[in-house]
Amino acid sequence: MFFALIESSRSALISIYAHGLRSFLTTLGIVIGVASVIAVVSVTQGMSSFIGDTFATLGSNSLTIRSFTPFEDQMKGIRARLTPEDMELIEKRGEGIASITPVLYATRSSQIKYGSQTAFSQIMGTTYAFQEVSQSYISIGRFLAQSDNDTRRRVAVIGEKVRENLNLPDNPINEYVEIGGEWFKIVGMLEPKGEIMGQSQDDMVLTPYNTMRSLLGNQTRADISIQLSLTETADAENVSQQLTTLLRNAHDLASDEDDDFVIQTAEQLMETFDTIINMVTIVIGGIVSISLLVGGIGIMNIMLVSVTERTREIGICKAIGAKRHHILLQFLIEALLLSLLGGLVGLGIGYGLGTLISNSIPSFPPANIPLWSVGLALGFSGFVGVLFGILPAAKAANLDPIDALRYE
Amino acid sequence: MALIELSGITKYYEMGDQVVKALDGIDIAVEKNDYLAFIGSSGSGKSTMLNILGCLDKPTTGEYHLNSKNVEALDANELSEIRNLEIGFIFQSFNLLPRATALGNVMQPLVYRGIGLSKRKEMAMEALNRVGLGDRTDHLPNQLSGGQRQRVAIARALVTNPSILLADEPTGNLDSKTTIEIMQLFDELHSEGHTLIVVTHEDEIAQHCRRIVEMKDGKVFNDSTSHSAKVSH
Repeated sequence: MFFALIESSRSALISIYAHGLRSFLTTLGIVIGVASVIAVVSVTQGMSSFIGDTFATLGSNSLTIRSFTPFEDQMKGIRARLTPEDMELIEKRGEGIASITPVLYATRSSQIKYGSQTAFSQIMGTTYAFQEVSQSYISIGRFLAQSDNDTRRRVAVIGEKVRENLNLPDNPINEYVEIGGEWFKIVGMLEPKGEIMGQSQDDMVLTPYNTMRSLLGNQTRADISIQLSLTETADAENVSQQLTTLLRNAHDLASDEDDDFVIQTAEQLMETFDTIINMVTIVIGGIVSISLLVGGIGIMNIMLVSVTERTREIGICKAIGAKRHHILLQFLIEALLLSLLGGLVGLGIGYGLGTLISNSIPSFPPANIPLWSVGLALGFSGFVGVLFGILPAAKAANLDPIDALRYE
Repeated sequence: MALIELSGITKYYEMGDQVVKALDGIDIAVEKNDYLAFIGSSGSGKSTMLNILGCLDKPTTGEYHLNSKNVEALDANELSEIRNLEIGFIFQSFNLLPRATALGNVMQPLVYRGIGLSKRKEMAMEALNRVGLGDRTDHLPNQLSGGQRQRVAIARALVTNPSILLADEPTGNLDSKTTIEIMQLFDELHSEGHTLIVVTHEDEIAQHCRRIVEMKDGKVFNDSTSHSAKVSH
């Protein structure tokens, strides 16, 4: 059997080579199919692995709790809230929490000014624990201190993007910026984190929590969000369960009422993105693999023509002793080799295409071809070759030697 | 037991509602090292005879023993094997593989026998040398003359060392000079101990043979052993 395989491959290669142009055109469908599948997969997978890396820097074992108001309730003017009391409760009774910080977003104005420059940014009031919870560290200056919070100091820590937008000097420490009509002194700058899906992670201004509260004025019922990081042994799922119970009790929710808050883990967020990207990969990949099928039909077509064309040859081979499997293997292997060669060429072109796309679009992550997609593309084109090669090969193998010899 | 034994062989074809009796009760035996010609006009059944002798076709009824093997009990694959082992075909139109060199053509039957490449080359070279084409091994069929092509075909038939050589109008496409050369080669092969069966409608060709079987309407009309057979050395 092995001998027959080698001999069939040999004659298949000779035949493919003898009809060079035709073989190339035949396999073009497979080339294009595989190239597009690989290009799509390489771009989306590059994006996916990039997002994975980015989320890892967000702190994988942190939780974010925010209030959540269903749309229907919003229409009725009801607003769910998380209060500082909720945070105190969690701080006191929550288990497995390493550090916890409130985050209060500036609701009225997110405008920030420096000299004549004005920019919009995400302005948050928070505490020194934020840096541990969100894995945001200082590159120059210092972070917000407990005493900043206690004395409601007007100080701010800014991200790299904010400095750029405001044309602040490279070292902006001790510069003053205007937020909501008040002057804040910049005391520190955060390490840049880059972008996630085009969203800059460095476009933020941190001020002390209490400073922000006083800035927001008499809003006693301010809605905060709570970020916390877990101890190493704590399980995110268990903790969020416990916190849910805690908060539901605190908010006096009846058992048939929905939660008026959401607890999000960074991991969950990453999984959501991953799911979306995988869906995109599968859908586009699926559409593109239709072209592989079309390519396979092209191969079948040419193989059928080739069988007819070589009817006499088949007759000769049968007359001098070829058995069914000799003829079957020869044509099957020819179809298989055609589509595998097409798959290989397509692989190269697809990789080039993917690299080209990700290089030509700025801020796009580099292309990444996972091994499974190479295997899949070659496997699938091989499968297509066998699938669409069987019919012509069987036709050839079943030819009657006398009829085949007489064929003109 | 003779090399070939046919008894009660018939071959019927159905053409619409008509039954054509291509062979109608043939009993014939061919001994080893026989040199036999089937002659007859077209439609006499000699081509069908050749197909059945060559195990390309099966008779409708009757028994065919080749080298003591009962052939008509075999399936398509077993017939392929018999053709490969026992029979060397030489066709009127040469029937060489167009994309294979002379050497490749001669090696081809050995592929189906499972013989390795280097051994195949060696055997094929030997056969090509035997027919006097040792210097033309790398030529494609369309680079060879008709006589050379037929020599390649004969080498291909010889290379498997078959029990019988079956030639179907072997000189039908050749000029008279080449015809003589090819028939001389046949005579030599006969004297070397090969068994040859030639189907022809040319008396000149048949005169080379030792035994002439004339066919008519699917039956053996005349079976004579000629003593005037020219055996050249």
